[in-house]
Amino acid sequence: MMKEVYITETNCITPLGFDVAANIKNIGNDVSGIQLQDNSKLLNVPFYASVINDDELDLAFAKVTSVDDYSRLEKMMILALEPIIKKSTIDLNERTAIILSTTKGNVTALENQNSIDSAYLNVLAKKIADFFGFKNEPIVVSNACVSGILSVSVAKRLIQANLYDNVFVVAGDEVSKFVLSGFNSFQAMSNLPCKPYSVNRTGVSLGEAAAAVLVSSNKENAKIKIIGDGSINDANHISGPSRTGEGLYKSIQSALAEAKIDSNQIDYISAHGTATPYNDEMEAIALNRLGLENVPVNSFKGYYGHTLGASGLLETVIGIESVTKNMLFASLGFDTIGVTQLIKIIEKKEDADIRYFLKTASGFGGCNTAVLFEKVY
Amino acid sequence: MAVNKNYIRSFCTIQKNTVFLNGEAVFTTEEDSFAGFSKKAYQHFEINYPKFFKMDNLSKLAFLGAELLLATADENSAESNTALVFANKSSSLDTDVKYQNSISDSENYYPSPAVFVYTLPNICLGEISIKHQLKSENSFFIFADYDPVFMENYCNILLETQKADKVLCGWVEYYNEEYKAFLYLVDKKGGTEHNHKQLKKLYNK
Repeated sequence: MMKEVYITETNCITPLGFDVAANIKNIGNDVSGIQLQDNSKLLNVPFYASVINDDELDLAFAKVTSVDDYSRLEKMMILALEPIIKKSTIDLNERTAIILSTTKGNVTALENQNSIDSAYLNVLAKKIADFFGFKNEPIVVSNACVSGILSVSVAKRLIQANLYDNVFVVAGDEVSKFVLSGFNSFQAMSNLPCKPYSVNRTGVSLGEAAAAVLVSSNKENAKIKIIGDGSINDANHISGPSRTGEGLYKSIQSALAEAKIDSNQIDYISAHGTATPYNDEMEAIALNRLGLENVPVNSFKGYYGHTLGASGLLETVIGIESVTKNMLFASLGFDTIGVTQLIKIIEKKEDADIRYFLKTASGFGGCNTAVLFEKVY
Repeated sequence: MAVNKNYIRSFCTIQKNTVFLNGEAVFTTEEDSFAGFSKKAYQHFEINYPKFFKMDNLSKLAFLGAELLLATADENSAESNTALVFANKSSSLDTDVKYQNSISDSENYYPSPAVFVYTLPNICLGEISIKHQLKSENSFFIFADYDPVFMENYCNILLETQKADKVLCGWVEYYNEEYKAFLYLVDKKGGTEHNHKQLKKLYNK
Protein backbone atom coordinates (compact mmCIF):
# COMPACT_ATOMS: atom_id res chain seq x y z
CA MET A 1 0.00 0.00 0.00
CA MET A 2 1.47 3.32 -1.08
CA LYS A 3 1.70 6.13 1.42
CA GLU A 4 -1.18 8.61 1.13
CA VAL A 5 -0.24 12.19 0.26
CA TYR A 6 -2.27 15.36 0.74
CA ILE A 7 -2.20 19.07 0.08
CA THR A 8 -2.80 20.71 3.44
CA GLU A 9 -2.07 24.41 2.86
CA THR A 10 -2.41 26.70 -0.16
CA ASN A 11 -1.73 30.32 -1.01
CA CYS A 12 -1.35 32.57 -4.04
CA ILE A 13 -0.14 36.06 -4.94
CA THR A 14 -1.85 37.37 -8.07
CA PRO A 15 -3.29 40.58 -9.52
CA LEU A 16 -6.66 39.35 -8.15
CA GLY A 17 -5.43 39.30 -4.57
CA PHE A 18 -2.68 38.29 -2.18
CA ASP A 19 -4.52 35.38 -0.58
CA VAL A 20 -6.79 32.55 -1.76
CA ALA A 21 -9.99 34.11 -0.36
CA ALA A 22 -9.51 37.38 -2.28
CA ASN A 23 -8.78 35.44 -5.49
CA ILE A 24 -11.89 33.25 -5.11
CA LYS A 25 -14.07 36.28 -4.46
CA ASN A 26 -12.89 37.91 -7.69
CA ILE A 27 -13.17 34.72 -9.73
CA GLY A 28 -16.70 34.18 -8.42
CA ASN A 29 -17.56 37.66 -9.71
CA ASP A 30 -15.97 37.02 -13.15
CA VAL A 31 -13.26 39.61 -12.47
CA SER A 32 -10.15 39.28 -14.64
CA GLY A 33 -6.66 40.53 -13.83
CA ILE A 34 -5.93 40.99 -17.54
CA GLN A 35 -5.71 44.65 -18.53
CA LEU A 36 -4.35 46.69 -21.40
CA GLN A 37 -0.73 47.55 -20.60
CA ASP A 38 1.06 50.44 -22.20
CA ASN A 39 4.65 50.03 -21.11
CA SER A 40 7.26 50.49 -23.82
CA LYS A 41 9.96 49.17 -21.46
CA LEU A 42 8.24 45.79 -21.76
CA LEU A 43 6.92 45.85 -25.34
CA ASN A 44 6.91 48.56 -27.98
CA VAL A 45 3.17 48.20 -28.59
CA PRO A 46 0.31 48.10 -26.02
CA PHE A 47 -0.58 44.56 -24.96
CA TYR A 48 -2.99 42.70 -22.70
CA ALA A 49 -1.47 41.07 -19.62
CA SER A 50 -2.27 40.34 -15.99
CA VAL A 51 0.29 42.25 -13.94
CA ILE A 52 0.81 42.68 -10.19
CA ASN A 53 0.89 46.28 -8.96
CA ASP A 54 4.41 47.18 -7.73
CA ASP A 55 3.24 49.43 -4.89
CA GLU A 56 0.85 46.81 -3.53
CA LEU A 57 3.59 44.17 -3.75
CA ASP A 58 6.11 46.37 -1.89
CA LEU A 59 3.55 47.29 0.75
CA ALA A 60 2.71 43.64 1.42
CA PHE A 61 6.37 42.67 1.42
CA ALA A 62 7.29 45.39 3.91
CA LYS A 63 4.93 43.71 6.39
CA VAL A 64 6.99 40.50 6.17
CA THR A 65 10.51 41.92 6.32
CA SER A 66 12.28 45.26 6.30
CA VAL A 67 15.11 43.83 4.18
CA ASP A 68 14.78 45.17 0.66
CA ASP A 69 17.25 43.03 -1.21
CA TYR A 70 14.74 41.02 -3.23
CA SER A 71 13.57 41.06 -6.84
CA ARG A 72 9.87 41.36 -7.72
CA LEU A 73 9.66 37.62 -8.36
CA GLU A 74 11.44 36.81 -5.09
CA LYS A 75 9.00 39.04 -3.20
CA MET A 76 6.05 37.27 -4.86
CA MET A 77 7.44 33.84 -3.97
CA ILE A 78 8.28 34.76 -0.36
CA LEU A 79 4.82 36.28 0.10
CA ALA A 80 3.22 33.10 -1.29
CA LEU A 81 5.17 30.82 1.07
CA GLU A 82 5.31 32.91 4.24
CA PRO A 83 1.79 32.43 5.66
CA ILE A 84 1.67 28.70 4.97
CA ILE A 85 5.07 28.05 6.53
CA LYS A 86 4.04 30.08 9.56
CA LYS A 87 0.63 28.42 9.85
CA SER A 88 1.89 24.87 9.42
CA THR A 89 4.46 25.17 12.27
CA ILE A 90 6.48 22.39 10.59
CA ASP A 91 10.19 22.13 11.43
CA LEU A 92 12.24 22.94 8.33
CA ASN A 93 14.49 19.97 9.14
CA GLU A 94 15.94 17.24 6.92
CA ARG A 95 12.47 15.64 6.55
CA THR A 96 11.10 18.86 5.00
CA ALA A 97 11.92 19.75 1.39
CA ILE A 98 11.37 22.86 -0.68
CA ILE A 99 10.64 22.64 -4.40
CA LEU A 100 10.79 25.81 -6.46
CA SER A 101 9.13 25.78 -9.83
CA THR A 102 9.64 28.41 -12.50
CA THR A 103 10.01 28.76 -16.23
CA LYS A 104 12.17 31.88 -16.48
CA GLY A 105 12.92 32.86 -12.86
CA ASN A 106 14.86 36.14 -12.58
CA VAL A 107 15.47 36.35 -16.33
CA THR A 108 15.16 40.14 -16.09
CA ALA A 109 18.57 40.07 -14.36
CA LEU A 110 20.08 39.50 -17.82
CA GLU A 111 19.17 43.08 -18.72
CA ASN A 112 22.12 44.14 -16.57
CA GLN A 113 25.36 42.38 -17.49
CA ASN A 114 26.67 42.66 -13.93
CA SER A 115 23.81 40.68 -12.43
CA ILE A 116 23.88 37.46 -14.46
CA ASP A 117 24.45 35.46 -11.28
CA SER A 118 20.90 36.30 -10.11
CA ALA A 119 19.51 34.71 -13.28
CA TYR A 120 20.66 31.25 -12.15
CA LEU A 121 17.61 29.33 -10.95
CA ASN A 122 19.57 27.59 -8.20
CA VAL A 123 20.63 31.01 -6.87
CA LEU A 124 16.99 32.14 -6.85
CA ALA A 125 15.90 28.95 -5.08
CA LYS A 126 18.66 29.23 -2.48
CA LYS A 127 17.66 32.81 -1.73
CA ILE A 128 14.04 31.80 -1.12
CA ALA A 129 15.07 28.72 0.91
CA ASP A 130 17.48 30.77 3.04
CA PHE A 131 14.87 33.41 3.76
CA PHE A 132 12.90 30.77 5.65
CA GLY A 133 15.86 28.72 6.88
CA PHE A 134 15.27 25.41 5.07
CA LYS A 135 17.88 22.85 6.05
CA ASN A 136 17.76 20.94 2.74
CA GLU A 137 19.08 22.24 -0.56
CA PRO A 138 16.16 23.41 -2.71
CA ILE A 139 14.97 21.28 -5.64
CA VAL A 140 14.19 23.31 -8.77
CA VAL A 141 11.74 22.03 -11.39
CA SER A 142 12.02 23.89 -14.70
CA ASN A 143 10.00 22.06 -17.30
CA ALA A 144 8.39 24.86 -19.32
CA CYS A 145 4.69 25.46 -18.73
CA VAL A 146 4.05 22.20 -16.86
CA SER A 147 6.58 23.15 -14.13
CA GLY A 148 3.95 24.22 -11.57
CA ILE A 149 1.83 21.08 -11.68
CA LEU A 150 4.84 18.81 -12.27
CA SER A 151 6.27 19.97 -8.94
CA VAL A 152 3.13 18.73 -7.17
CA SER A 153 3.73 15.35 -8.78
CA VAL A 154 7.43 15.38 -7.83
CA ALA A 155 6.59 16.35 -4.22
CA LYS A 156 4.07 13.53 -3.96
CA ARG A 157 6.53 10.98 -5.37
CA LEU A 158 9.32 12.05 -2.99
CA ILE A 159 6.98 11.71 0.00
CA GLN A 160 5.71 8.32 -1.16
CA ALA A 161 9.31 7.14 -1.42
CA ASN A 162 9.65 8.17 2.26
CA LEU A 163 12.40 10.70 1.50
CA TYR A 164 10.43 13.51 3.17
CA ASP A 165 7.31 13.97 5.32
CA ASN A 166 6.54 17.46 4.07
CA VAL A 167 7.36 19.35 0.89
CA PHE A 168 6.70 23.07 0.47
CA VAL A 169 6.19 23.87 -3.21
CA VAL A 170 6.41 27.41 -4.55
CA ALA A 171 5.93 28.38 -8.18
CA GLY A 172 6.31 31.79 -9.78
CA ASP A 173 6.95 33.66 -13.00
CA GLU A 174 6.68 37.30 -13.99
CA VAL A 175 5.76 39.24 -17.12
CA SER A 176 9.05 40.35 -18.67
CA LYS A 177 10.35 41.91 -21.85
CA PHE A 178 12.08 38.58 -22.50
CA VAL A 179 8.91 36.49 -22.45
CA LEU A 180 6.65 39.09 -24.08
CA SER A 181 9.01 39.53 -27.05
CA GLY A 182 9.31 35.75 -27.41
CA PHE A 183 5.58 35.01 -27.45
CA ASN A 184 5.12 38.01 -29.73
CA SER A 185 7.75 36.65 -32.13
CA PHE A 186 5.73 33.43 -32.28
CA GLN A 187 2.67 35.58 -33.13
CA ALA A 188 1.04 33.78 -30.22
CA MET A 189 -0.25 36.87 -28.36
CA SER A 190 -3.94 37.73 -28.32
CA ASN A 191 -4.99 41.23 -29.35
CA LEU A 192 -7.77 41.04 -26.72
CA PRO A 193 -7.93 39.39 -23.27
CA CYS A 194 -7.47 35.70 -24.09
CA LYS A 195 -10.53 33.57 -24.89
CA PRO A 196 -9.77 29.89 -24.14
CA TYR A 197 -11.68 27.35 -26.29
CA SER A 198 -13.60 30.13 -28.07
CA VAL A 199 -14.04 30.28 -31.82
CA ASN A 200 -12.82 33.88 -31.45
CA ARG A 201 -9.55 33.02 -29.68
CA THR A 202 -6.38 34.43 -31.20
CA GLY A 203 -3.69 33.51 -28.69
CA VAL A 204 -2.39 33.95 -25.14
CA SER A 205 -2.44 36.82 -22.72
CA LEU A 206 0.57 36.59 -20.43
CA GLY A 207 0.35 36.97 -16.69
CA GLU A 208 2.37 36.85 -13.50
CA ALA A 209 1.72 35.13 -10.20
CA ALA A 210 3.22 33.06 -7.43
CA ALA A 211 1.50 30.15 -5.72
CA ALA A 212 2.53 27.89 -2.87
CA VAL A 213 1.24 24.66 -1.34
CA LEU A 214 2.25 22.28 1.40
CA VAL A 215 2.31 18.65 0.28
CA SER A 216 2.27 16.33 3.29
CA SER A 217 1.91 12.75 4.46
CA ASN A 218 -0.04 14.08 7.44
CA LYS A 219 -3.80 13.99 6.85
CA GLU A 220 -4.54 16.57 9.54
CA ASN A 221 -5.93 19.76 7.89
CA ALA A 222 -5.88 18.02 4.49
CA LYS A 223 -7.65 19.99 1.77
CA ILE A 224 -7.33 17.29 -0.88
CA LYS A 225 -5.60 13.97 -1.57
CA ILE A 226 -3.22 13.43 -4.51
CA ILE A 227 -4.10 10.07 -6.04
CA GLY A 228 -2.28 9.77 -9.36
CA ASP A 229 -0.05 11.56 -11.82
CA GLY A 230 1.80 11.32 -15.11
CA SER A 231 4.12 13.57 -17.16
CA ILE A 232 4.50 12.18 -20.64
CA ASN A 233 6.15 13.73 -23.67
CA ASP A 234 4.43 13.97 -27.07
CA ALA A 235 7.66 13.03 -28.92
CA ASN A 236 6.27 15.09 -31.75
CA HIS A 237 7.39 18.74 -31.93
CA ILE A 238 9.34 21.14 -29.70
CA SER A 239 7.20 24.24 -30.20
CA GLY A 240 3.74 22.85 -30.91
CA PRO A 241 1.50 20.23 -29.33
CA SER A 242 0.81 16.84 -30.85
CA ARG A 243 -2.23 16.95 -33.13
CA THR A 244 -3.57 13.80 -31.52
CA GLY A 245 -2.91 15.00 -27.97
CA GLU A 246 -0.81 11.87 -27.46
CA GLY A 247 1.30 12.99 -24.49
CA LEU A 248 -1.64 14.53 -22.65
CA TYR A 249 -3.76 11.44 -23.34
CA LYS A 250 -1.03 9.17 -21.98
CA SER A 251 -0.37 11.43 -18.97
CA ILE A 252 -4.06 11.30 -17.95
CA GLN A 253 -4.12 7.52 -18.55
CA SER A 254 -1.08 7.11 -16.33
CA ALA A 255 -2.72 9.16 -13.55
CA LEU A 256 -5.99 7.19 -13.87
CA ALA A 257 -4.18 3.84 -13.74
CA GLU A 258 -2.31 4.82 -10.60
CA ALA A 259 -5.47 6.17 -8.93
CA LYS A 260 -7.37 3.03 -9.98
CA ILE A 261 -10.38 5.01 -11.14
CA ASP A 262 -12.13 5.17 -14.51
CA SER A 263 -12.22 8.30 -16.61
CA ASN A 264 -16.01 8.46 -16.17
CA GLN A 265 -15.54 9.06 -12.44
CA ILE A 266 -13.82 12.42 -12.99
CA ASP A 267 -16.12 15.26 -11.91
CA TYR A 268 -14.14 18.34 -12.93
CA ILE A 269 -11.14 19.25 -15.09
CA SER A 270 -9.00 22.35 -14.77
CA ALA A 271 -7.28 22.28 -18.15
CA HIS A 272 -4.40 24.30 -19.57
CA GLY A 273 -6.48 26.36 -22.05
CA THR A 274 -3.90 28.90 -23.21
CA ALA A 275 -6.22 30.09 -26.01
CA THR A 276 -3.75 29.41 -28.79
CA PRO A 277 -5.52 27.67 -31.70
CA TYR A 278 -3.36 24.52 -31.47
CA ASN A 279 -3.25 24.04 -27.70
CA ASP A 280 -6.99 24.21 -27.13
CA GLU A 281 -7.73 21.96 -30.11
CA MET A 282 -5.16 19.41 -28.89
CA GLU A 283 -6.72 19.34 -25.42
CA ALA A 284 -10.22 18.82 -26.83
CA ILE A 285 -8.94 15.87 -28.87
CA ALA A 286 -7.13 14.29 -25.91
CA LEU A 287 -10.18 14.70 -23.61
CA ASN A 288 -12.46 13.15 -26.26
CA ARG A 289 -10.10 10.20 -26.71
CA LEU A 290 -10.54 9.51 -22.99
CA GLY A 291 -14.33 9.91 -23.04
CA LEU A 292 -14.10 13.09 -20.96
CA GLU A 293 -16.14 15.27 -23.33
CA ASN A 294 -19.06 15.60 -20.90
CA VAL A 295 -17.01 16.44 -17.82
CA PRO A 296 -17.18 20.13 -16.80
CA VAL A 297 -13.90 21.80 -17.80
CA ASN A 298 -12.51 25.29 -17.50
CA SER A 299 -9.35 27.29 -18.09
CA PHE A 300 -8.33 29.95 -15.56
CA LYS A 301 -6.23 31.78 -18.16
CA GLY A 302 -9.10 34.24 -18.72
CA TYR A 303 -8.59 35.47 -15.13
CA TYR A 304 -4.81 35.32 -14.81
CA GLY A 305 -3.41 35.08 -18.33
CA HIS A 306 -0.73 32.47 -18.87
CA THR A 307 1.52 32.61 -15.81
CA LEU A 308 3.95 30.04 -17.31
CA GLY A 309 5.66 27.96 -14.61
CA ALA A 310 3.28 29.30 -11.95
CA SER A 311 0.10 28.42 -13.86
CA GLY A 312 -0.15 24.72 -13.01
CA LEU A 313 0.23 25.33 -9.29
CA LEU A 314 -1.95 28.47 -9.21
CA GLU A 315 -4.73 26.66 -11.08
CA THR A 316 -4.41 23.69 -8.70
CA VAL A 317 -4.84 26.07 -5.75
CA ILE A 318 -8.02 27.51 -7.30
CA GLY A 319 -9.25 24.07 -8.39
CA ILE A 320 -8.92 22.80 -4.81
CA GLU A 321 -11.25 25.64 -3.76
CA SER A 322 -13.78 24.40 -6.33
CA VAL A 323 -13.68 20.97 -4.70
CA THR A 324 -13.85 22.14 -1.09
CA LYS A 325 -16.52 24.79 -1.80
CA ASN A 326 -18.55 22.56 -4.18
CA MET A 327 -18.42 25.26 -6.80
CA LEU A 328 -17.51 25.23 -10.50
CA PHE A 329 -16.19 28.55 -11.82
CA ALA A 330 -16.87 29.98 -15.28
CA SER A 331 -14.20 29.64 -17.96
CA LEU A 332 -13.82 33.39 -18.42
CA GLY A 333 -13.55 34.65 -22.01
CA PHE A 334 -15.47 31.73 -23.47
CA ASP A 335 -18.40 32.41 -25.79
CA THR A 336 -18.89 30.03 -28.74
CA ILE A 337 -17.08 26.71 -28.88
CA GLY A 338 -14.10 26.87 -31.20
CA VAL A 339 -12.60 23.39 -31.05
CA THR A 340 -13.60 20.64 -33.49
CA GLN A 341 -14.24 18.00 -30.81
CA LEU A 342 -16.86 19.14 -28.31
CA ILE A 343 -16.01 19.52 -24.63
CA LYS A 344 -18.20 20.78 -21.78
CA ILE A 345 -16.92 24.27 -20.99
CA ILE A 346 -18.25 25.74 -17.74
CA GLU A 347 -20.06 28.89 -18.89
CA LYS A 348 -21.25 30.22 -15.55
CA LYS A 349 -20.61 29.63 -11.88
CA GLU A 350 -22.57 26.67 -10.60
CA ASP A 351 -22.85 24.38 -7.56
CA ALA A 352 -21.48 20.89 -8.02
CA ASP A 353 -20.40 18.01 -5.82
CA ILE A 354 -16.86 17.22 -6.93
CA ARG A 355 -15.10 14.09 -5.71
CA TYR A 356 -12.43 13.59 -8.39
CA PHE A 357 -10.62 16.60 -9.84
CA LEU A 358 -8.13 16.45 -12.73
CA LYS A 359 -5.52 19.15 -13.36
CA THR A 360 -3.61 19.17 -16.64
CA ALA A 361 -0.98 21.29 -18.36
CA SER A 362 1.08 21.14 -21.55
CA GLY A 363 4.08 23.07 -22.75
CA PHE A 364 6.98 23.67 -25.11
CA GLY A 365 9.26 20.71 -25.60
CA GLY A 366 6.17 18.49 -25.99
CA CYS A 367 5.70 18.12 -22.23
CA ASN A 368 2.39 17.34 -20.53
CA THR A 369 1.39 16.69 -16.92
CA ALA A 370 -1.82 15.35 -15.41
CA VAL A 371 -2.51 15.08 -11.67
CA LEU A 372 -5.64 13.55 -10.14
CA PHE A 373 -7.01 14.69 -6.79
CA GLU A 374 -9.72 13.27 -4.54
CA LYS A 375 -11.87 15.16 -2.08
CA VAL A 376 -11.09 14.47 1.58
CA TYR A 377 -14.31 13.68 3.44
CA MET B 1 8.82 1.48 -0.67
CA ALA B 2 10.76 -1.74 -1.16
CA VAL B 3 13.66 -0.89 -3.43
CA ASN B 4 14.81 -3.61 -5.80
CA LYS B 5 18.29 -3.34 -7.21
CA ASN B 6 18.68 -1.42 -10.43
CA TYR B 7 21.72 -1.29 -12.68
CA ILE B 8 23.67 1.19 -14.78
CA ARG B 9 23.55 -0.42 -18.16
CA SER B 10 25.84 2.04 -19.95
CA PHE B 11 27.18 5.53 -19.37
CA CYS B 12 28.63 8.34 -21.42
CA THR B 13 30.63 11.46 -20.59
CA ILE B 14 31.21 14.36 -22.94
CA GLN B 15 33.71 17.05 -21.94
CA LYS B 16 36.76 18.88 -23.25
CA ASN B 17 36.31 17.84 -26.90
CA THR B 18 36.15 14.16 -25.96
CA VAL B 19 33.39 11.57 -25.86
CA PHE B 20 33.74 8.67 -23.40
CA LEU B 21 31.51 5.61 -23.63
CA ASN B 22 31.54 3.26 -20.63
CA GLY B 23 34.80 4.84 -19.50
CA GLU B 24 36.63 4.51 -22.85
CA ALA B 25 37.47 7.54 -25.00
CA VAL B 26 35.64 6.82 -28.27
CA PHE B 27 36.08 10.18 -29.96
CA THR B 28 38.28 13.20 -29.50
CA THR B 29 39.21 16.14 -31.67
CA GLU B 30 41.23 19.35 -31.59
CA GLU B 31 38.64 22.09 -31.83
CA ASP B 32 38.42 25.53 -30.31
CA SER B 33 34.63 25.66 -30.09
CA PHE B 34 31.75 23.41 -29.04
CA ALA B 35 30.11 24.05 -32.41
CA GLY B 36 33.14 22.56 -34.20
CA PHE B 37 33.48 19.68 -31.76
CA SER B 38 29.80 18.74 -31.84
CA LYS B 39 29.74 18.78 -35.65
CA LYS B 40 32.78 16.51 -35.84
CA ALA B 41 31.25 14.16 -33.27
CA TYR B 42 27.99 14.08 -35.24
CA GLN B 43 29.94 13.11 -38.37
CA HIS B 44 32.13 10.60 -36.58
CA PHE B 45 29.15 8.70 -35.14
CA GLU B 46 27.33 8.90 -38.51
CA ILE B 47 24.19 10.41 -36.99
CA ASN B 48 22.04 11.15 -39.99
CA TYR B 49 19.63 13.71 -38.46
CA PRO B 50 19.70 17.19 -40.07
CA LYS B 51 17.52 18.68 -37.28
CA PHE B 52 20.66 18.44 -35.13
CA PHE B 53 21.99 21.61 -36.76
CA LYS B 54 18.94 23.63 -35.72
CA MET B 55 19.44 22.78 -32.04
CA ASP B 56 21.08 25.03 -29.48
CA ASN B 57 24.27 23.92 -27.76
CA LEU B 58 22.55 22.42 -24.70
CA SER B 59 20.28 20.30 -26.88
CA LYS B 60 23.19 19.21 -29.08
CA LEU B 61 25.14 18.13 -26.01
CA ALA B 62 22.23 16.17 -24.52
CA PHE B 63 21.28 14.73 -27.90
CA LEU B 64 24.79 13.39 -28.62
CA GLY B 65 24.94 11.62 -25.25
CA ALA B 66 21.49 10.11 -25.68
CA GLU B 67 22.35 9.01 -29.19
CA LEU B 68 25.28 6.92 -27.99
CA LEU B 69 23.38 5.24 -25.16
CA LEU B 70 20.04 4.64 -26.85
CA ALA B 71 21.62 3.44 -30.11
CA THR B 72 23.42 0.65 -28.24
CA ALA B 73 20.46 -0.39 -26.07
CA ASP B 74 19.43 -3.70 -27.62
CA GLU B 75 15.66 -3.40 -27.13
CA ASN B 76 13.66 -0.75 -28.88
CA SER B 77 13.59 2.11 -26.37
CA ALA B 78 10.25 3.43 -27.65
CA GLU B 79 8.52 0.15 -26.81
CA SER B 80 10.24 -0.35 -23.50
CA ASN B 81 9.10 2.95 -21.92
CA THR B 82 12.37 4.76 -21.23
CA ALA B 83 11.89 7.84 -19.02
CA LEU B 84 14.13 10.92 -19.13
CA VAL B 85 15.37 12.54 -15.91
CA PHE B 86 17.81 15.37 -16.60
CA ALA B 87 19.35 18.17 -14.59
CA ASN B 88 21.94 20.91 -14.78
CA LYS B 89 23.08 24.12 -13.12
CA SER B 90 22.80 26.77 -15.83
CA SER B 91 19.35 25.84 -17.19
CA SER B 92 19.15 27.33 -20.71
CA LEU B 93 21.23 30.37 -19.71
CA ASP B 94 23.57 30.12 -22.71
CA THR B 95 20.66 30.57 -25.12
CA ASP B 96 18.90 32.99 -22.74
CA VAL B 97 21.87 35.36 -23.01
CA LYS B 98 21.88 35.04 -26.81
CA TYR B 99 18.17 35.76 -26.94
CA GLN B 100 18.52 38.69 -24.52
CA ASN B 101 21.16 40.21 -26.81
CA SER B 102 18.65 40.11 -29.67
CA ILE B 103 16.13 42.27 -27.76
CA SER B 104 18.22 44.56 -25.56
CA ASP B 105 18.91 47.20 -28.20
CA SER B 106 15.81 48.87 -29.64
CA GLU B 107 17.81 49.89 -32.74
CA ASN B 108 18.80 46.29 -33.26
CA TYR B 109 15.72 44.38 -32.12
CA TYR B 110 15.29 41.00 -33.79
CA PRO B 111 13.64 38.42 -31.49
CA SER B 112 13.58 35.05 -33.23
CA PRO B 113 11.11 32.27 -32.40
CA ALA B 114 13.75 29.72 -33.43
CA VAL B 115 16.04 31.02 -30.66
CA PHE B 116 13.28 31.73 -28.10
CA VAL B 117 12.04 28.14 -28.09
CA TYR B 118 15.45 26.99 -26.81
CA THR B 119 15.26 29.32 -23.79
CA LEU B 120 13.85 26.37 -21.82
CA PRO B 121 16.09 23.60 -20.45
CA ASN B 122 13.56 20.83 -21.10
CA ILE B 123 13.62 21.40 -24.87
CA CYS B 124 16.56 18.96 -25.00
CA LEU B 125 14.23 16.30 -23.54
CA GLY B 126 11.78 17.03 -26.35
CA GLU B 127 14.55 16.64 -28.93
CA ILE B 128 15.63 13.26 -27.52
CA SER B 129 12.00 12.12 -27.20
CA ILE B 130 11.28 12.99 -30.84
CA LYS B 131 14.39 11.26 -32.17
CA HIS B 132 13.84 8.06 -30.22
CA GLN B 133 10.00 8.27 -30.15
CA LEU B 134 9.97 8.19 -26.34
CA LYS B 135 6.41 8.89 -25.25
CA SER B 136 7.51 8.64 -21.66
CA GLU B 137 7.99 10.42 -18.32
CA ASN B 138 10.11 13.58 -18.72
CA SER B 139 11.43 15.97 -16.10
CA PHE B 140 14.15 18.59 -15.88
CA PHE B 141 15.65 19.74 -12.57
CA ILE B 142 18.14 22.44 -11.63
CA PHE B 143 20.76 22.03 -8.88
CA ALA B 144 23.85 24.00 -7.90
CA ASP B 145 25.93 20.85 -8.51
CA TYR B 146 25.42 17.34 -9.81
CA ASP B 147 23.33 15.63 -7.12
CA PRO B 148 23.79 11.84 -7.35
CA VAL B 149 21.55 11.19 -4.33
CA PHE B 150 18.55 13.00 -5.80
CA MET B 151 19.14 11.46 -9.22
CA GLU B 152 19.33 7.95 -7.77
CA ASN B 153 16.19 8.47 -5.70
CA TYR B 154 14.04 9.98 -8.44
CA CYS B 155 15.13 7.36 -10.97
CA ASN B 156 14.30 4.55 -8.53
CA ILE B 157 10.88 6.06 -7.85
CA LEU B 158 10.01 5.92 -11.57
CA LEU B 159 11.14 2.29 -11.82
CA GLU B 160 9.54 1.11 -8.56
CA THR B 161 6.19 2.76 -9.29
CA GLN B 162 6.27 1.30 -12.83
CA LYS B 163 6.09 4.74 -14.40
CA ALA B 164 9.04 3.56 -16.51
CA ASP B 165 10.88 0.35 -17.45
CA LYS B 166 14.22 2.12 -17.90
CA VAL B 167 15.45 5.62 -17.16
CA LEU B 168 17.93 7.66 -19.15
CA CYS B 169 19.44 10.04 -16.59
CA GLY B 170 21.60 12.99 -17.46
CA TRP B 171 23.57 15.91 -16.11
CA VAL B 172 23.87 18.25 -19.10
CA GLU B 173 25.61 21.49 -18.22
CA TYR B 174 26.43 24.08 -20.87
CA TYR B 175 27.26 27.76 -20.49
CA ASN B 176 29.52 29.90 -22.63
CA GLU B 177 31.68 27.09 -24.11
CA GLU B 178 32.06 25.38 -20.71
CA TYR B 179 30.28 22.04 -20.84
CA LYS B 180 29.97 18.62 -19.33
CA ALA B 181 27.47 15.88 -20.05
CA PHE B 182 27.19 12.72 -17.97
CA LEU B 183 24.41 10.41 -19.11
CA TYR B 184 23.57 6.86 -18.09
CA LEU B 185 20.87 4.34 -18.76
CA VAL B 186 19.35 2.65 -15.71
CA ASP B 187 17.71 -0.73 -16.15
CA LYS B 188 16.55 -3.63 -14.01
CA LYS B 189 19.43 -5.70 -15.31
CA GLY B 190 23.06 -4.93 -16.07
CA GLY B 191 26.55 -5.11 -14.65
CA THR B 192 27.09 -2.02 -12.51
CA GLU B 193 24.89 -1.43 -9.50
CA HIS B 194 22.92 1.83 -9.61
CA ASN B 195 23.64 3.82 -6.45
CA HIS B 196 24.78 7.34 -5.64
CA LYS B 197 28.31 6.33 -4.67
CA GLN B 198 28.79 4.64 -8.02
CA LEU B 199 27.25 7.63 -9.82
CA LYS B 200 29.57 10.03 -8.02
CA LYS B 201 32.56 7.90 -8.98
CA LEU B 202 31.55 7.70 -12.64
CA TYR B 203 30.72 11.41 -12.78
CA ASN B 204 34.16 12.36 -11.49
CA LYS B 205 36.03 9.89 -13.69
